[in-house]
Amino acid sequence: MLSVIWETEGLQTVGIVLLVFASIKLLHMLGLISFSEDSIEDELELSTVRHRPEGLEQLEAQTRFSRKELQILYRGFKNECPSGVVNEDTFKEIYAQFFPQGDASTYAHFLFNAFDTDHNGSLSFEDFVMGLSILLRGTVQEKLNWAFNLYDINKDGYITKEEMLDIMKAIYDMMGKCTYPVLKEETPRQHVEVFFQKMDKNKDGVVTIDEFIDCCQNDENIMRSMHIFENVL
Amino acid sequence: MATGTAAWLPFARAAAIGWMPVASCPMPLAPRDNSKKKDELIMLNVSGRRFQTWRTTLDRYPDTLLGSSEKDFFYNEEAKEYFFDRDPDVFRSILNFYRTGKLHYPRQECISAYDEELTFFGIIPEIIGDCCYEEYKDRKRENLERLQDDQEDNKDMKLPNMTIRETMWRAFENPHTSTMALVFYYVTGFFIAISVITNVVETVPCGATPHHKNMPCGERYTVAFFCMDTACVMIFTVEYLLRLFAAPSRYRFMRSVMSIIDVVAILPYYIGLVMSNNEDVSGAFVTLRVFRVFRIFKFSRHSQGLRILGYTLKSCASELGFLLFSLTMAIIIFATVMFYAEKGSSSSKFTSIPASFWYTIVTMTTLGYGDMVPKTIAGKIFGSICSLSGVLVIALPVPVIVSNFSRIYHQNQRADKRRAQKKTRQARIRIAKSGSANAFLASKHHGLLNELLELTGTEEDEQKLIRNTSLLESQHHHLLHCLEKTTVGGLKHPMLAQASLAHEFVDEHMFEQNCLEEALQSYPSRSPSVSSQGSCTICCCGSRSTSRNTALHIQSSQLAVHPSSRSNLNLRAEDGSRVNCKGGQVTTAIISLPSPPSLAPHREGRHHPHHPTTTTIRPSHRGEHPRSPRASRPPQAPHPPASSRCPPSDRSLSVDRNF
Repeated sequence: MLSVIWETEGLQTVGIVLLVFASIKLLHMLGLISFSEDSIEDELELSTVRHRPEGLEQLEAQTRFSRKELQILYRGFKNECPSGVVNEDTFKEIYAQFFPQGDASTYAHFLFNAFDTDHNGSLSFEDFVMGLSILLRGTVQEKLNWAFNLYDINKDGYITKEEMLDIMKAIYDMMGKCTYPVLKEETPRQHVEVFFQKMDKNKDGVVTIDEFIDCCQNDENIMRSMHIFENVL
Repeated sequence: MATGTAAWLPFARAAAIGWMPVASCPMPLAPRDNSKKKDELIMLNVSGRRFQTWRTTLDRYPDTLLGSSEKDFFYNEEAKEYFFDRDPDVFRSILNFYRTGKLHYPRQECISAYDEELTFFGIIPEIIGDCCYEEYKDRKRENLERLQDDQEDNKDMKLPNMTIRETMWRAFENPHTSTMALVFYYVTGFFIAISVITNVVETVPCGATPHHKNMPCGERYTVAFFCMDTACVMIFTVEYLLRLFAAPSRYRFMRSVMSIIDVVAILPYYIGLVMSNNEDVSGAFVTLRVFRVFRIFKFSRHSQGLRILGYTLKSCASELGFLLFSLTMAIIIFATVMFYAEKGSSSSKFTSIPASFWYTIVTMTTLGYGDMVPKTIAGKIFGSICSLSGVLVIALPVPVIVSNFSRIYHQNQRADKRRAQKKTRQARIRIAKSGSANAFLASKHHGLLNELLELTGTEEDEQKLIRNTSLLESQHHHLLHCLEKTTVGGLKHPMLAQASLAHEFVDEHMFEQNCLEEALQSYPSRSPSVSSQGSCTICCCGSRSTSRNTALHIQSSQLAVHPSSRSNLNLRAEDGSRVNCKGGQVTTAIISLPSPPSLAPHREGRHHPHHPTTTTIRPSHRGEHPRSPRASRPPQAPHPPASSRCPPSDRSLSVDRNF
């Protein structure tokens, strides 16, 4: 009698246990559940990316900085980013420190793209120094070119109203909330309208590089302001 | 701004060109950087170790010493470097702060030394990086506790003029302060023990009487137990009321845990008195007697260990909560599983899930009573899994609680150890300090010797004297000497002409002796200055309690020769006590004391033990009647070491010629 009970019960138990284990294994094979939290891919990220810039002479030739200035620039750059490259997050952090009241991340993103000329997602010292060379030692033409490049988000040669609006919003975001007079929702839009009215000569809704440069060269304010940062370094 | 921003500011400014075409109004002018000096290397010499860095690195933090012009004070012209006489090891971390923008706390440094360096260089400790901040804060807290412990011991000292209430409260809180408090402490402890034992014994079956079966002692000897209970409760009530009366803040006392325990311990008795033998409520009354067991908690006032345990449990509340929560979860899971596993078997004790709770708890805590056991195979499998997991779940939070307890316990031990070592430590410090004071006296005495020697003229002795004192010491002695001279008759009083009043430094011994003499005699209070009277008692009795590092205690004394007040002569010493000097007879004596503390002063007829302690100033007068055999007249050389004579019958003061 007892053995009969044990048989049935034993079989039942074994059946249940097997079923449970099999289902767990199936789910694991299907990848729906994972037992260990860290996957192997995470471990590869730990290897640091390092980058060494080209030699001092080459950079001297390519940019308009003197040797001493390049040395000072590199020391500051390397101090902040010991690995030699800046990725976008670090860049946003650094840039945000200058604008504590507002949110500088959107503008920093555009800026990063403008500096990152080879579009590899990280800013090396060469990119950094080339950009600075244009901004600080370049001709007005080059500077305006650079600015156009900044505004043209998708780099297709035309600035559309949407692109300009994005840039404008990003700039206004940097101001933050506590401004006088208080920033309203349509202020960036109005500003874009003003800009397009000024720049878009043939009223086709986009601004090309020539329209842009022409218009800026005719504007005294803009011309003067191009020179105020000459003595930065 | 942090390091990075300083270096990247030119970049941010250059990138601002991107806003120019968008802007519709003219831009402000940029500030000119007129100080266009080239970036140079600065040499920092810290106790011989040389550090070099760029000037711009240091300029990053202009509100610190190194970043501002404050460092010019440390500039060494000849070597063209900045010299700091500080610890070079700590300076490393400080310089690294300038370089990297992060301040680290080196673990092997003493926390107060590190703090001092930070203060010196003008850096606030709050900017310590996250990696080191916890360690820093922990060490700082430990240090603070250590200082607090030292301060707490001072509260054991009796302040004068305490009201009865304050005395009582002190007696309650620190039983070792007075005998009465100790007696009270032991008596209450004894009665708590009696009360608890009574409660326990009450329930023991005492043996059968002819007309009743085996009944507990409580019912057999009702009267005796009732009397015992009454006595205990009366003692507790009296104690509670006394504490309530003595407490500085009654409201706070009533809210404290110990007072609540006190109340809960004695309340059942009173409720029992109030309630009559009503059948309905007597059941409730019996339950109330359970609360009498709370009397055992009153022992926590008597035991340090209990308090530590309670404190530990309080501080580990979150771990205990976690333990409880995880246990509950596990119990519910396993109880459910066991119930369903055992459902099939007949005559199973697992009648419902709550019924299975009991089995699960007993199994998980590895008790295993055996009153409920699974019969099916599935039940047995899950039962074994249950007991294994029980061991694990309970073992996890326990080490956290244990480490907490250990930390608190060791802290306590440390405090006790420190208190025990404190006495010897302070005694040694006192000896060292008095060495310097005694040195002054020795040099003065040597100075007199010097004058005499000039008459007799032995050159070697003079050289010896000059060599023995360093420049610092001699300057210090000169300062003290000036102070002595200052106290010569500040006011032009006609009576003053008769005696030159000068104060000088004496040993505390003599001071105490004189104090005693003064106290034994009664003197007419002639002083117009009100404070001086009070100061006399304070000086005499308070000398022991004031901190020992002040070298000046001014004693007021009497001078019968000049009945009108010398009291105008109020000397303002460093601790602000005043002197009131009146006329008095003077005797001759020499105050000269051995200079090194190792030399025991040779005193004849002196019963005081040797304490080389702080020195005191006493008013002294030119002697009229030479009393002591070792009278000091100017031509006579004082013998070192000589003791001063103060015959107890006389109001004697020190004598010396001080002009």
